[in-house]
Amino acid sequence: MRILTYIRQVLDAEESVHVANNAVALENSKLVMDTMDEYGVEEALRLREAGAEAEIIAVAVGPARVQEALRTALAMGVDRAIHVETDTRLDPVALSKVLAQIAQHEQANLIFSGGQQADWDSHALGAATAERLNWPQATWTSALELRGTTLSGKHDVDEGSETFTLELPAVITTQQGLNEPRYPTLPNIMKSKKKELRKGSLDQFSVIPKLTTAGAEIQVKTRLNKILDGKDAPAAAAKLVDLLRNEAKVIA
Amino acid sequence: MILLVVEYANGKVSKSTWELVSAARELARQKGGDTSVTALVLGSNIASIAADVARAVDQVLVGDLAALAQYDPELWSAAVAQIATEGEASVILIGASRSGREYSPRVAVKLDAPLLEDVISLKASGNTLAAQRYTFLARITETIEATGPVAVVSIKPGAFSPAALRAEAAEQFDVDLNLPTPRLKVTGKTAERSSRVSLFEAETVVSGGRGVGSAEGFTQNVEALADQLGAAVGATRAIVDAGWRPYSEQVGQTGKTVQPKLYIAVGISGAVQHLSGMNKSKTIVAINRDAEAPIFKIADYGIVGDVPQVIPAILAELKK
Repeated sequence: MRILTYIRQVLDAEESVHVANNAVALENSKLVMDTMDEYGVEEALRLREAGAEAEIIAVAVGPARVQEALRTALAMGVDRAIHVETDTRLDPVALSKVLAQIAQHEQANLIFSGGQQADWDSHALGAATAERLNWPQATWTSALELRGTTLSGKHDVDEGSETFTLELPAVITTQQGLNEPRYPTLPNIMKSKKKELRKGSLDQFSVIPKLTTAGAEIQVKTRLNKILDGKDAPAAAAKLVDLLRNEAKVIA
Repeated sequence: MILLVVEYANGKVSKSTWELVSAARELARQKGGDTSVTALVLGSNIASIAADVARAVDQVLVGDLAALAQYDPELWSAAVAQIATEGEASVILIGASRSGREYSPRVAVKLDAPLLEDVISLKASGNTLAAQRYTFLARITETIEATGPVAVVSIKPGAFSPAALRAEAAEQFDVDLNLPTPRLKVTGKTAERSSRVSLFEAETVVSGGRGVGSAEGFTQNVEALADQLGAAVGATRAIVDAGWRPYSEQVGQTGKTVQPKLYIAVGISGAVQHLSGMNKSKTIVAINRDAEAPIFKIADYGIVGDVPQVIPAILAELKK
């Protein structure tokens, strides 16, 4: 079988976010593979280690720098990588058209994508890709097993969680708890340099995004920042309760 | 026509539905003319849901079928896309719940329409729809735009005020649906159980992090304060991973997003992943031993002090 893991390169969570010219500027920030995508890479590797005969391909779409995240995936153990290089910003529904075509071309049986991307804050890519391929999906998956061509697992739903079974081919989106992603070891980093990282061009996918980004602003809500010293706990508590009751009027 | 898909739980219309109605009415006003608001109710034995919703919209379409007894992304997306096509809907409004955000991309692909996901505002002018949404772990507000005959929109819970009901009920129509066979087979369900108000609907949330010290410390401080205030209980990922609290209480990137009137963070340092789930709360209160903790930067009120001393003192003050 063949497994695709879709990868995004996002801002490291510890980094501050900057805006320039009405758009988020990432040039001078530390960028990493999205944690939610690390879960997907790790899970693909684990399915193989549990006995599935699988080739694992990491896929990314984006500017030249995105290949660093693909290199990380290769160093974790993925077999090869495909990078569709473009500076065009694609929304998830447009992007799903690229991913679905790659899945068809590679005759993939299983696709992993992050449950929620840390840049778009979007859940849409996995489901949109599944729809284009006419595959079923399981989103927010926190446990997964493969027997033959049957996936079984657990995933989060509106008010709780469900256990499920699903026949391949399928799209799985990840959730925390699915696994603990491994760190690339030095020998694996060395080995990964010899692995194939194929470049593609967006032109071949005939994608026209229907969504444009008209602007971006840093979210600042002015906060009162009335911080009290708690050395005298009863006095601080009395003051806080008074402020909440009489100034903010948020408690009775 | 503007089509909205009704959300409900435990036999009751969810607050998010009334928020969708507000968004739909506002869009209908902006689009002008005779733009009507139609609600679609999907499920089994949903007559009372449909009757409640009829007091808020111009028309109710009801897909009351045994096959729809359980939510499934393929069923819901097929039904919504079919009704949107038949009714020539220009905008399809879906709640940005976990399920809504799961099936709405499928609807967008079926209709070859743009998806405006998890939006907090909406503005129509002619065929163009502009919306705002949070990105980069809710640290950025982006404005997105789409132009065309049809668009799919998921609306962030809490972003619009719930609509007022009308005296007159709109007409209801049963619809015939061509449904696929669901391929995801659900073999078991674990419902979240809580004796308290739901995190999504609570006006006050009290959350705890590592600074509460232990699972017992959480109960004695966070739960006690929540019960005193009639609040919902939240937790950070760190203490969910540590097994102190269930995942259902987790607030943050991979948990729930809340925006109550009052959010009290107890022993929470304020990792960006946690902040992304609560930084839109109206008033934020932080109690933490470390004066340098990032949570204080987004707090309206705070006390720098030890949780086991400060929380009992607050409880004593509240009980006075």
